[in-house]
Amino acid sequence: MASPIEQFQIKPIIPVLNFTNSSLFMVVAAGVIVGGMLYATRSRALVPGRAQVVAEMMHDFVASMLRDATGKEGMKFFPLVFTLFLFVLTMNMLGMVPGFFTVTSHVIITFALAMLVIGTVVVYGFMKHGAHFLHLFTPSGVPGWLLPFITIIEVISFLSRPISLSLRLFANMLAGHIALKVFGGFVVSLGAAGGFLAVLAPLPLLMAVALTALEFLVSFLQAYVFTVLTCIYLNDALHPGH
Amino acid sequence: MDPIAFKYLGAGLACFGMGLAAIGVGNIFGSFLLGALRNPGAADSQFARAFIGAALAEGLGIFCLVVALVLLFT
Repeated sequence: MASPIEQFQIKPIIPVLNFTNSSLFMVVAAGVIVGGMLYATRSRALVPGRAQVVAEMMHDFVASMLRDATGKEGMKFFPLVFTLFLFVLTMNMLGMVPGFFTVTSHVIITFALAMLVIGTVVVYGFMKHGAHFLHLFTPSGVPGWLLPFITIIEVISFLSRPISLSLRLFANMLAGHIALKVFGGFVVSLGAAGGFLAVLAPLPLLMAVALTALEFLVSFLQAYVFTVLTCIYLNDALHPGH
Repeated sequence: MDPIAFKYLGAGLACFGMGLAAIGVGNIFGSFLLGALRNPGAADSQFARAFIGAALAEGLGIFCLVVALVLLFT
């Protein structure tokens, strides 16, 4: 029987171009997003149809999230945040289709996305505020003798952000898909055992169904958490120094 | 004793951290629900904050998972 981590194997499809199944599903995700959005907004009706309502709801969902976290001037980051949300959400959801590859279950992909966010924060923060951006590490109202320790803690917490942002998404997707596969494997091995044990085989199947529902929730939730944290980190670039 | 055995013991011990993170996440949502039931009107505005707290608490548990995975597979 296949091992639970075999589903994460990267296979080359066009070896010359280094085009793998991971790249394929990234292209599919981008195609689904662009195609879906073009389809939804093709008529741009004043009274929206079903597809247009879905697109508008997603737009408003992300826009209100960004506005709550960063205020009005943060809205210039809306294209970045909206793209990140849709891309992560679509890749998570595509991974839930049986036999499809989950792109976000590879740490290098999520780390690249997290570094994009943190890179934007650092570059924009220094561009807009210059050296004042470093006030991010020295919160106001801290007694003088405490300041060196607080600064060290703040620097460490800032440096661990890309790591925690990427590992959270990666580990959630990885652990969920492994758990699904393990419970699927229980069904097969219990059924193959025969006798009384074969009668018990539907039980892990029920568990796998429940876990699938949970995984859909987790796919959405992790995309949401990734976007919310992106908004909060962007807020640091816009308003450093608390 | 076999060093490989210690590796597996270490991976098992790292999983304690995940259990502790689970207590933290449960605490956050428990407190959120407690407050939300007393004042349902204010619950919606604090929903995102509860998830941010849960995400941060969960991140520390995930570091433990990564330690366990590194011990198991390297």
